[in-house]
Amino acid sequence: MFRKLHEPAEAVTVYVEGKPVVAEPGENLAAVLLRQEAIWSRPTPVKGSRRAPYCMIGVCFDCLARVDGVASVQTCMMPVRDGMTVEHQQRRRCLPS
Amino acid sequence: MHPEIIVIGAGTVGAAIAYGLARRQHRVLVLDGDDRDHRAARANFGLVWLQGKGQNMPAYQQLSRRSVDMWSGFASKLTDLTGLDLQYEQNGGLAFCLGEDAFEKRRSDLQRLHNQLGGAEADWRMLDRAELARLLPKVRLGPDVAGASFGERDGHANPLQLLAALHSGILRLGGELRRNAAVRQIVPSEAGFTVACGNETVSAPRVLIAAGLGSQALARQVGLEIPLRPQRGQILVTERLEPLLPLPTSGLRQTREGTVMIGATHEETGFDSSATAAAAADLSRRTLRIVPSLAEAKLVRQWAGLRIMTPDGCPVYAQSQKHRGAFVALCHSGVTLAALHATVLADAIAAGQLPDSLDIFHQSRFDVPKAA
Repeated sequence: MFRKLHEPAEAVTVYVEGKPVVAEPGENLAAVLLRQEAIWSRPTPVKGSRRAPYCMIGVCFDCLARVDGVASVQTCMMPVRDGMTVEHQQRRRCLPS
Repeated sequence: MHPEIIVIGAGTVGAAIAYGLARRQHRVLVLDGDDRDHRAARANFGLVWLQGKGQNMPAYQQLSRRSVDMWSGFASKLTDLTGLDLQYEQNGGLAFCLGEDAFEKRRSDLQRLHNQLGGAEADWRMLDRAELARLLPKVRLGPDVAGASFGERDGHANPLQLLAALHSGILRLGGELRRNAAVRQIVPSEAGFTVACGNETVSAPRVLIAAGLGSQALARQVGLEIPLRPQRGQILVTERLEPLLPLPTSGLRQTREGTVMIGATHEETGFDSSATAAAAADLSRRTLRIVPSLAEAKLVRQWAGLRIMTPDGCPVYAQSQKHRGAFVALCHSGVTLAALHATVLADAIAAGQLPDSLDIFHQSRFDVPKAA
Protein backbone atom coordinates (compact mmCIF):
# COMPACT_ATOMS: atom_id res chain seq x y z
CA MET A 1 0.00 0.00 0.00
CA PHE A 2 1.27 3.48 -0.85
CA ARG A 3 1.17 6.39 1.57
CA LYS A 4 2.18 10.03 1.37
CA LEU A 5 5.67 10.91 2.62
CA HIS A 6 4.61 14.24 4.07
CA GLU A 7 1.57 15.65 5.77
CA PRO A 8 0.02 18.13 3.34
CA ALA A 9 -0.51 21.60 4.79
CA GLU A 10 -3.84 21.88 3.01
CA ALA A 11 -6.33 19.17 2.15
CA VAL A 12 -9.21 18.70 -0.28
CA THR A 13 -11.77 15.92 -0.43
CA VAL A 14 -12.34 13.72 -3.46
CA TYR A 15 -14.91 10.93 -3.63
CA VAL A 16 -13.66 7.53 -4.77
CA GLU A 17 -16.61 5.23 -5.41
CA GLY A 18 -18.60 7.60 -3.21
CA LYS A 19 -16.19 7.40 -0.28
CA PRO A 20 -14.61 10.70 0.86
CA VAL A 21 -10.83 10.60 0.60
CA VAL A 22 -8.29 13.22 1.67
CA ALA A 23 -5.90 14.55 -0.97
CA GLU A 24 -3.45 17.37 -1.43
CA PRO A 25 -4.62 20.20 -3.69
CA GLY A 26 -3.25 19.78 -7.21
CA GLU A 27 -1.79 16.33 -6.63
CA ASN A 28 -1.96 13.62 -9.25
CA LEU A 29 -5.34 11.89 -9.09
CA ALA A 30 -3.86 8.48 -9.92
CA ALA A 31 -1.59 8.85 -6.88
CA VAL A 32 -4.69 9.26 -4.75
CA LEU A 33 -6.12 6.04 -6.21
CA LEU A 34 -2.88 4.21 -5.38
CA ARG A 35 -3.38 5.04 -1.70
CA GLN A 36 -6.75 3.31 -1.58
CA GLU A 37 -7.31 -0.16 -0.27
CA ALA A 38 -8.82 -1.33 -3.57
CA ILE A 39 -5.74 -0.23 -5.48
CA TRP A 40 -6.94 -1.35 -8.88
CA SER A 41 -8.70 1.20 -11.03
CA ARG A 42 -10.41 -0.85 -13.71
CA PRO A 43 -10.88 -4.28 -15.29
CA THR A 44 -9.61 -4.51 -18.87
CA PRO A 45 -12.27 -4.35 -21.59
CA VAL A 46 -11.70 -7.76 -23.19
CA LYS A 47 -10.35 -10.16 -20.57
CA GLY A 48 -11.52 -8.33 -17.47
CA SER A 49 -8.22 -8.54 -15.62
CA ARG A 50 -7.60 -5.80 -13.06
CA ARG A 51 -5.37 -2.82 -13.77
CA ALA A 52 -3.96 -0.15 -11.48
CA PRO A 53 -2.23 3.15 -12.29
CA TYR A 54 1.18 2.20 -13.62
CA CYS A 55 3.25 4.59 -15.71
CA MET A 56 1.97 7.80 -14.06
CA ILE A 57 3.00 9.83 -17.13
CA GLY A 58 0.08 9.40 -19.54
CA VAL A 59 1.48 6.55 -21.57
CA CYS A 60 0.04 3.22 -20.43
CA PHE A 61 -3.69 4.02 -20.14
CA ASP A 62 -4.04 1.59 -17.23
CA CYS A 63 -5.35 4.27 -14.85
CA LEU A 64 -8.55 5.07 -16.76
CA ALA A 65 -11.53 5.90 -14.61
CA ARG A 66 -14.75 7.87 -14.76
CA VAL A 67 -14.02 11.34 -13.36
CA ASP A 68 -16.88 13.74 -12.66
CA GLY A 69 -19.05 11.62 -14.96
CA VAL A 70 -16.58 11.58 -17.88
CA ALA A 71 -15.43 8.09 -18.76
CA SER A 72 -11.95 6.90 -19.78
CA VAL A 73 -10.10 9.78 -18.18
CA GLN A 74 -6.39 9.22 -17.65
CA THR A 75 -6.32 9.91 -13.92
CA CYS A 76 -2.53 10.28 -13.91
CA MET A 77 -2.92 13.36 -16.11
CA MET A 78 -5.53 14.91 -13.87
CA PRO A 79 -4.73 17.22 -10.94
CA VAL A 80 -6.99 16.81 -7.93
CA ARG A 81 -9.70 19.38 -7.27
CA ASP A 82 -11.92 19.63 -4.24
CA GLY A 83 -15.13 17.63 -4.60
CA MET A 84 -13.99 15.54 -7.57
CA THR A 85 -15.77 12.19 -8.02
CA VAL A 86 -13.97 9.10 -9.28
CA GLU A 87 -15.64 5.83 -10.21
CA HIS A 88 -14.17 2.57 -11.41
CA GLN A 89 -14.89 1.83 -15.00
CA GLN A 90 -16.40 -1.57 -15.71
CA ARG A 91 -15.05 -3.34 -18.78
CA ARG A 92 -16.16 -1.91 -22.10
CA ARG A 93 -17.96 1.36 -22.09
CA CYS A 94 -21.54 1.75 -23.11
CA LEU A 95 -22.30 4.95 -25.01
CA PRO A 96 -25.40 6.89 -23.98
CA SER A 97 -28.16 6.22 -26.51
CA MET B 1 15.32 -25.10 -51.14
CA HIS B 2 15.05 -24.76 -54.91
CA PRO B 3 11.84 -22.84 -55.26
CA GLU B 4 9.50 -23.38 -58.18
CA ILE B 5 8.21 -19.89 -57.73
CA ILE B 6 9.47 -16.77 -56.04
CA VAL B 7 6.76 -14.45 -54.72
CA ILE B 8 8.00 -10.87 -54.27
CA GLY B 9 5.94 -9.27 -51.53
CA ALA B 10 4.46 -10.79 -48.38
CA GLY B 11 1.56 -8.38 -48.01
CA THR B 12 -2.00 -9.63 -48.17
CA VAL B 13 -1.88 -10.17 -51.94
CA GLY B 14 1.49 -11.93 -52.20
CA ALA B 15 0.91 -13.94 -49.04
CA ALA B 16 -2.54 -15.15 -50.17
CA ILE B 17 -1.24 -16.35 -53.53
CA ALA B 18 1.85 -17.90 -51.94
CA TYR B 19 -0.34 -19.67 -49.39
CA GLY B 20 -2.50 -21.01 -52.23
CA LEU B 21 0.59 -22.23 -54.09
CA ALA B 22 1.92 -23.92 -50.96
CA ARG B 23 -1.47 -25.61 -50.51
CA ARG B 24 -1.04 -27.00 -54.00
CA GLN B 25 2.33 -28.50 -53.01
CA HIS B 26 4.39 -25.96 -54.90
CA ARG B 27 7.76 -25.01 -53.47
CA VAL B 28 7.34 -21.33 -52.85
CA LEU B 29 9.82 -18.74 -51.60
CA VAL B 30 8.32 -15.47 -50.41
CA LEU B 31 10.53 -12.40 -50.18
CA ASP B 32 9.24 -9.68 -47.89
CA GLY B 33 10.45 -6.09 -47.95
CA ASP B 34 11.88 -3.89 -45.25
CA ASP B 35 10.11 -2.70 -42.14
CA ARG B 36 10.06 0.85 -43.44
CA ASP B 37 8.41 -0.02 -46.74
CA HIS B 38 4.87 1.15 -47.32
CA ARG B 39 2.69 -1.63 -46.07
CA ALA B 40 -0.93 -1.34 -47.08
CA ALA B 41 -1.59 -4.75 -45.53
CA ARG B 42 -0.93 -3.32 -42.08
CA ALA B 43 -3.07 -0.21 -42.50
CA ASN B 44 -6.14 -1.96 -43.84
CA PHE B 45 -9.68 -1.28 -42.63
CA GLY B 46 -10.74 -4.92 -42.81
CA LEU B 47 -13.84 -4.98 -44.98
CA VAL B 48 -14.68 -8.00 -47.08
CA TRP B 49 -16.84 -5.96 -49.36
CA LEU B 50 -18.92 -6.29 -52.48
CA GLN B 51 -21.64 -3.65 -52.79
CA GLY B 52 -20.90 -0.89 -55.24
CA LYS B 53 -17.62 -2.30 -56.51
CA GLY B 54 -16.93 -2.18 -60.22
CA GLN B 55 -19.09 0.78 -61.20
CA ASN B 56 -16.65 1.45 -64.03
CA MET B 57 -15.89 -2.21 -64.68
CA PRO B 58 -18.63 -4.74 -63.90
CA ALA B 59 -16.11 -7.58 -64.25
CA TYR B 60 -14.54 -6.30 -61.06
CA GLN B 61 -17.87 -6.72 -59.27
CA GLN B 62 -18.05 -10.30 -60.57
CA LEU B 63 -14.48 -11.00 -59.52
CA SER B 64 -15.13 -9.66 -56.01
CA ARG B 65 -18.33 -11.68 -55.84
CA ARG B 66 -16.42 -14.89 -56.59
CA SER B 67 -13.99 -14.11 -53.81
CA VAL B 68 -16.64 -13.11 -51.27
CA ASP B 69 -18.51 -16.35 -51.97
CA MET B 70 -15.35 -18.31 -51.21
CA TRP B 71 -14.32 -16.30 -48.15
CA SER B 72 -16.00 -18.37 -45.50
CA GLY B 73 -14.45 -21.63 -46.69
CA PHE B 74 -11.11 -19.92 -47.18
CA ALA B 75 -11.18 -18.53 -43.64
CA SER B 76 -12.11 -21.81 -41.98
CA LYS B 77 -9.40 -23.75 -43.86
CA LEU B 78 -6.83 -21.18 -42.84
CA THR B 79 -8.00 -21.27 -39.23
CA ASP B 80 -7.91 -25.08 -39.19
CA LEU B 81 -4.33 -24.97 -40.41
CA THR B 82 -3.00 -22.17 -38.22
CA GLY B 83 -5.28 -21.95 -35.20
CA LEU B 84 -5.69 -18.23 -35.84
CA ASP B 85 -9.19 -16.76 -35.83
CA LEU B 86 -9.70 -14.29 -38.68
CA GLN B 87 -12.82 -12.91 -36.95
CA TYR B 88 -14.68 -13.11 -40.24
CA GLU B 89 -18.35 -12.17 -40.07
CA GLN B 90 -20.72 -11.96 -42.99
CA ASN B 91 -23.89 -10.39 -41.67
CA GLY B 92 -24.20 -7.93 -44.52
CA GLY B 93 -22.88 -4.39 -44.70
CA LEU B 94 -24.21 -0.86 -44.91
CA ALA B 95 -23.31 2.31 -46.76
CA PHE B 96 -24.98 5.26 -45.03
CA CYS B 97 -26.57 8.01 -47.09
CA LEU B 98 -26.60 11.52 -45.66
CA GLY B 99 -29.55 13.37 -47.17
CA GLU B 100 -32.24 12.29 -49.63
CA ASP B 101 -30.13 13.25 -52.65
CA ALA B 102 -27.31 10.98 -51.56
CA PHE B 103 -29.85 8.21 -50.93
CA GLU B 104 -31.30 8.52 -54.45
CA LYS B 105 -27.85 8.74 -56.01
CA ARG B 106 -26.74 5.59 -54.19
CA ARG B 107 -29.85 3.79 -55.39
CA SER B 108 -29.30 4.81 -59.00
CA ASP B 109 -25.57 3.99 -58.91
CA LEU B 110 -26.23 0.50 -57.58
CA GLN B 111 -29.14 0.01 -60.00
CA ARG B 112 -26.96 0.99 -62.96
CA LEU B 113 -24.28 -1.46 -61.90
CA HIS B 114 -26.93 -4.11 -61.39
CA ASN B 115 -28.35 -3.52 -64.89
CA GLN B 116 -24.87 -3.76 -66.41
CA LEU B 117 -24.42 -7.15 -64.78
CA GLY B 118 -27.69 -8.31 -66.32
CA GLY B 119 -30.08 -10.84 -64.95
CA ALA B 120 -28.56 -11.72 -61.62
CA GLU B 121 -30.77 -11.51 -58.58
CA ALA B 122 -30.02 -8.41 -56.53
CA ASP B 123 -27.99 -9.05 -53.40
CA TRP B 124 -28.50 -5.50 -52.18
CA ARG B 125 -31.38 -3.24 -51.28
CA MET B 126 -31.99 0.29 -50.11
CA LEU B 127 -33.13 0.67 -46.50
CA ASP B 128 -35.04 3.76 -45.49
CA ARG B 129 -34.35 5.40 -42.17
CA ALA B 130 -36.92 3.33 -40.26
CA GLU B 131 -35.64 0.01 -41.63
CA LEU B 132 -32.09 1.07 -40.89
CA ALA B 133 -32.99 1.98 -37.30
CA ARG B 134 -34.47 -1.50 -36.80
CA LEU B 135 -31.23 -3.06 -38.00
CA LEU B 136 -29.18 -0.92 -35.58
CA PRO B 137 -31.19 -0.96 -32.34
CA LYS B 138 -28.36 0.43 -30.23
CA VAL B 139 -27.65 3.38 -32.50
CA ARG B 140 -29.50 6.67 -32.40
CA LEU B 141 -29.03 7.87 -35.97
CA GLY B 142 -28.15 11.47 -36.69
CA PRO B 143 -30.92 13.60 -38.22
CA ASP B 144 -29.24 13.75 -41.66
CA VAL B 145 -29.23 9.99 -42.19
CA ALA B 146 -31.77 9.29 -44.94
CA GLY B 147 -31.06 5.58 -45.06
CA ALA B 148 -28.44 3.19 -46.32
CA SER B 149 -27.74 0.62 -48.96
CA PHE B 150 -27.51 -2.90 -47.55
CA GLY B 151 -25.32 -5.49 -49.24
CA GLU B 152 -26.17 -8.95 -48.03
CA ARG B 153 -22.82 -10.50 -48.97
CA ASP B 154 -20.71 -7.84 -47.28
CA GLY B 155 -18.72 -8.58 -44.16
CA HIS B 156 -15.51 -7.86 -42.31
CA ALA B 157 -12.48 -9.58 -40.84
CA ASN B 158 -9.40 -8.72 -38.83
CA PRO B 159 -6.84 -7.86 -41.53
CA LEU B 160 -3.83 -8.30 -39.23
CA GLN B 161 -5.00 -11.75 -38.17
CA LEU B 162 -5.49 -12.57 -41.84
CA LEU B 163 -1.94 -11.52 -42.67
CA ALA B 164 -0.48 -13.40 -39.71
CA ALA B 165 -2.46 -16.52 -40.61
CA LEU B 166 -1.32 -16.42 -44.24
CA HIS B 167 2.31 -16.15 -43.16
CA SER B 168 1.86 -18.96 -40.67
CA GLY B 169 0.06 -21.05 -43.28
CA ILE B 170 2.86 -20.63 -45.82
CA LEU B 171 5.41 -21.84 -43.28
CA ARG B 172 3.29 -24.75 -42.08
CA LEU B 173 2.84 -25.93 -45.65
CA GLY B 174 6.59 -26.00 -46.22
CA GLY B 175 7.00 -22.64 -47.92
CA GLU B 176 9.79 -20.25 -47.05
CA LEU B 177 9.35 -16.65 -46.00
CA ARG B 178 12.32 -14.28 -45.82
CA ARG B 179 11.91 -10.94 -44.10
CA ASN B 180 13.97 -7.83 -44.77
CA ALA B 181 14.59 -9.20 -48.22
CA ALA B 182 13.65 -6.27 -50.44
CA VAL B 183 14.24 -7.17 -54.06
CA ARG B 184 16.51 -4.90 -56.06
CA GLN B 185 16.61 -6.61 -59.38
CA ILE B 186 14.98 -9.34 -61.46
CA VAL B 187 17.06 -10.76 -64.28
CA PRO B 188 15.25 -12.99 -66.80
CA SER B 189 17.34 -15.92 -67.98
CA GLU B 190 16.96 -19.14 -69.98
CA ALA B 191 16.00 -21.11 -66.91
CA GLY B 192 13.65 -18.54 -65.49
CA PHE B 193 14.49 -15.61 -63.27
CA THR B 194 17.31 -14.63 -60.97
CA VAL B 195 16.26 -12.28 -58.22
CA ALA B 196 18.70 -10.13 -56.24
CA CYS B 197 17.81 -9.35 -52.66
CA GLY B 198 20.18 -8.26 -49.91
CA ASN B 199 23.59 -9.75 -50.59
CA GLU B 200 22.33 -12.80 -52.39
CA THR B 201 20.50 -14.03 -55.42
CA VAL B 202 17.81 -16.67 -55.74
CA SER B 203 16.48 -18.30 -58.87
CA ALA B 204 13.26 -19.95 -59.94
CA PRO B 205 11.43 -20.78 -63.15
CA ARG B 206 8.60 -18.43 -62.16
CA VAL B 207 8.30 -15.16 -60.37
CA LEU B 208 5.24 -13.29 -59.09
CA ILE B 209 5.50 -9.58 -58.39
CA ALA B 210 3.04 -8.62 -55.65
CA ALA B 211 5.04 -5.84 -54.08
CA GLY B 212 2.34 -3.22 -53.83
CA LEU B 213 3.58 0.23 -54.72
CA GLY B 214 7.07 -1.19 -55.22
CA SER B 215 5.80 -3.30 -58.09
CA GLN B 216 6.06 -0.70 -60.82
CA ALA B 217 9.86 -0.63 -60.87
CA LEU B 218 10.10 -4.41 -60.61
CA ALA B 219 7.51 -5.13 -63.30
CA ARG B 220 9.39 -2.88 -65.72
CA GLN B 221 12.36 -5.27 -65.45
CA VAL B 222 10.24 -8.07 -66.88
CA GLY B 223 8.73 -5.92 -69.62
CA LEU B 224 5.47 -4.86 -67.96
CA GLU B 225 4.67 -1.16 -67.69
CA ILE B 226 2.04 -0.63 -65.00
CA PRO B 227 0.66 2.79 -64.14
CA LEU B 228 0.31 2.97 -60.38
CA ARG B 229 -0.07 5.65 -57.75
CA PRO B 230 -0.37 5.81 -53.99
CA GLN B 231 -3.62 7.05 -52.50
CA ARG B 232 -3.58 7.89 -48.84
CA GLY B 233 -6.27 6.59 -46.53
CA GLN B 234 -6.47 7.57 -42.88
CA ILE B 235 -8.27 5.67 -40.15
CA LEU B 236 -9.29 6.61 -36.61
CA VAL B 237 -9.82 4.08 -33.84
CA THR B 238 -11.88 4.52 -30.69
CA GLU B 239 -11.44 2.92 -27.31
CA ARG B 240 -13.21 -0.40 -26.80
CA LEU B 241 -16.96 -0.06 -26.47
CA GLU B 242 -19.87 -2.35 -25.73
CA PRO B 243 -21.29 -3.81 -28.96
CA LEU B 244 -22.95 -0.98 -30.86
CA LEU B 245 -22.70 -1.85 -34.55
CA PRO B 246 -23.88 -5.39 -35.35
CA LEU B 247 -22.62 -5.14 -38.92
CA PRO B 248 -19.92 -3.19 -40.71
CA THR B 249 -20.56 -0.09 -42.75
CA SER B 250 -18.43 1.42 -45.48
CA GLY B 251 -16.88 3.91 -43.05
CA LEU B 252 -17.45 2.41 -39.60
CA ARG B 253 -16.88 -1.02 -38.23
CA GLN B 254 -16.73 -2.32 -34.71
CA THR B 255 -14.16 -5.01 -34.12
CA ARG B 256 -14.83 -8.05 -32.00
CA GLU B 257 -12.78 -6.54 -29.17
CA GLY B 258 -15.01 -3.47 -29.24
CA THR B 259 -13.01 -0.71 -30.90
CA VAL B 260 -14.81 1.27 -33.58
CA MET B 261 -12.73 1.88 -36.66
CA ILE B 262 -13.57 5.05 -38.56
CA GLY B 263 -12.42 5.38 -42.12
CA ALA B 264 -11.24 6.38 -44.48
CA THR B 265 -9.94 9.31 -46.43
CA HIS B 266 -9.02 9.25 -50.14
CA GLU B 267 -6.13 11.66 -50.57
CA GLU B 268 -3.82 12.24 -53.50
CA THR B 269 -0.73 13.17 -51.51
CA GLY B 270 1.90 11.03 -53.19
CA PHE B 271 4.11 8.93 -50.96
CA ASP B 272 3.47 11.06 -47.87
CA SER B 273 2.02 8.63 -45.34
CA SER B 274 1.63 11.01 -42.41
CA ALA B 275 -1.55 11.18 -40.39
CA THR B 276 -3.11 14.65 -40.25
CA ALA B 277 -5.30 16.58 -37.85
CA ALA B 278 -7.42 17.80 -40.76
CA ALA B 279 -8.32 14.23 -41.68
CA ALA B 280 -9.13 13.40 -38.06
CA ALA B 281 -11.49 16.35 -37.95
CA ASP B 282 -13.18 15.47 -41.26
CA LEU B 283 -13.65 11.81 -40.36
CA SER B 284 -14.97 12.72 -36.91
CA ARG B 285 -17.42 15.26 -38.31
CA ARG B 286 -18.85 12.84 -40.83
CA THR B 287 -19.10 10.08 -38.23
CA LEU B 288 -20.93 12.27 -35.75
CA ARG B 289 -23.53 13.14 -38.40
CA ILE B 290 -24.25 9.40 -38.58
CA VAL B 291 -23.80 8.24 -34.97
CA PRO B 292 -23.82 11.32 -32.69
CA SER B 293 -23.22 9.31 -29.51
CA LEU B 294 -19.71 8.46 -30.70
CA ALA B 295 -18.82 11.99 -29.57
CA GLU B 296 -18.52 10.41 -26.11
CA ALA B 297 -15.96 7.85 -27.22
CA LYS B 298 -12.26 8.49 -26.90
CA LEU B 299 -10.08 8.18 -29.95
CA VAL B 300 -7.02 6.13 -29.13
CA ARG B 301 -5.24 5.83 -32.45
CA GLN B 302 -4.96 7.24 -35.93
CA TRP B 303 -2.90 6.03 -38.83
CA ALA B 304 -2.43 6.49 -42.54
CA GLY B 305 -1.77 3.91 -45.22
CA LEU B 306 -1.16 4.13 -48.94
CA ARG B 307 -3.56 2.34 -51.26
CA ILE B 308 -2.16 0.74 -54.37
CA MET B 309 -4.18 2.48 -57.05
CA THR B 310 -4.32 1.76 -60.75
CA PRO B 311 -5.86 4.42 -63.04
CA ASP B 312 -9.30 2.72 -62.92
CA GLY B 313 -9.00 1.46 -59.34
CA CYS B 314 -9.39 -2.16 -60.48
CA PRO B 315 -6.83 -4.94 -60.04
CA VAL B 316 -4.03 -5.82 -62.43
CA TYR B 317 -3.28 -9.47 -63.14
CA ALA B 318 -0.82 -10.04 -65.94
CA GLN B 319 1.85 -12.32 -67.30
CA SER B 320 4.72 -10.81 -69.22
CA GLN B 321 4.54 -11.60 -72.95
CA LYS B 322 8.24 -11.02 -73.31
CA HIS B 323 9.31 -13.08 -70.31
CA ARG B 324 6.84 -15.91 -69.79
CA GLY B 325 6.70 -17.06 -66.22
CA ALA B 326 6.78 -13.53 -64.78
CA PHE B 327 3.46 -12.51 -63.29
CA VAL B 328 2.11 -9.40 -61.60
CA ALA B 329 -0.81 -9.23 -59.15
CA LEU B 330 -1.83 -5.84 -57.76
CA CYS B 331 -4.95 -4.44 -56.19
CA HIS B 332 -6.12 -2.27 -53.34
CA SER B 333 -8.65 -4.83 -52.09
CA GLY B 334 -6.32 -7.55 -50.93
CA VAL B 335 -8.59 -8.59 -48.07
CA THR B 336 -11.77 -9.01 -50.12
CA LEU B 337 -9.87 -10.75 -52.91
CA ALA B 338 -7.74 -12.96 -50.64
CA ALA B 339 -9.96 -16.01 -51.11
CA LEU B 340 -9.77 -15.68 -54.89
CA HIS B 341 -6.03 -15.06 -54.80
CA ALA B 342 -5.44 -18.19 -52.73
CA THR B 343 -7.36 -20.35 -55.21
CA VAL B 344 -7.98 -19.02 -58.72
CA LEU B 345 -4.77 -16.98 -58.94
CA ALA B 346 -2.66 -19.67 -57.30
CA ASP B 347 -4.04 -22.26 -59.75
CA ALA B 348 -3.36 -19.99 -62.71
CA ILE B 349 0.19 -19.21 -61.72
CA ALA B 350 0.84 -22.87 -60.98
CA ALA B 351 -0.47 -23.69 -64.47
CA GLY B 352 1.66 -20.92 -66.02
CA GLN B 353 -1.34 -19.33 -67.67
CA LEU B 354 -3.88 -16.80 -66.46
CA PRO B 355 -7.45 -17.82 -67.34
CA ASP B 356 -9.34 -15.93 -70.06
CA SER B 357 -11.72 -14.66 -67.41
CA LEU B 358 -8.90 -12.48 -66.07
CA ASP B 359 -7.94 -11.01 -69.50
CA ILE B 360 -9.85 -7.85 -68.73
CA PHE B 361 -7.55 -7.21 -65.77
CA HIS B 362 -4.39 -7.18 -67.89
CA GLN B 363 -2.58 -3.87 -67.61
CA SER B 364 -2.65 -3.50 -71.42
CA ARG B 365 -6.05 -1.87 -70.85
CA PHE B 366 -4.11 1.25 -69.89
CA ASP B 367 -2.05 1.28 -73.10
CA VAL B 368 -4.67 3.18 -75.13
CA PRO B 369 -2.91 6.32 -76.42
CA LYS B 370 -4.27 9.49 -74.91
CA ALA B 371 -6.24 11.73 -77.28
CA ALA B 372 -4.48 15.00 -77.97
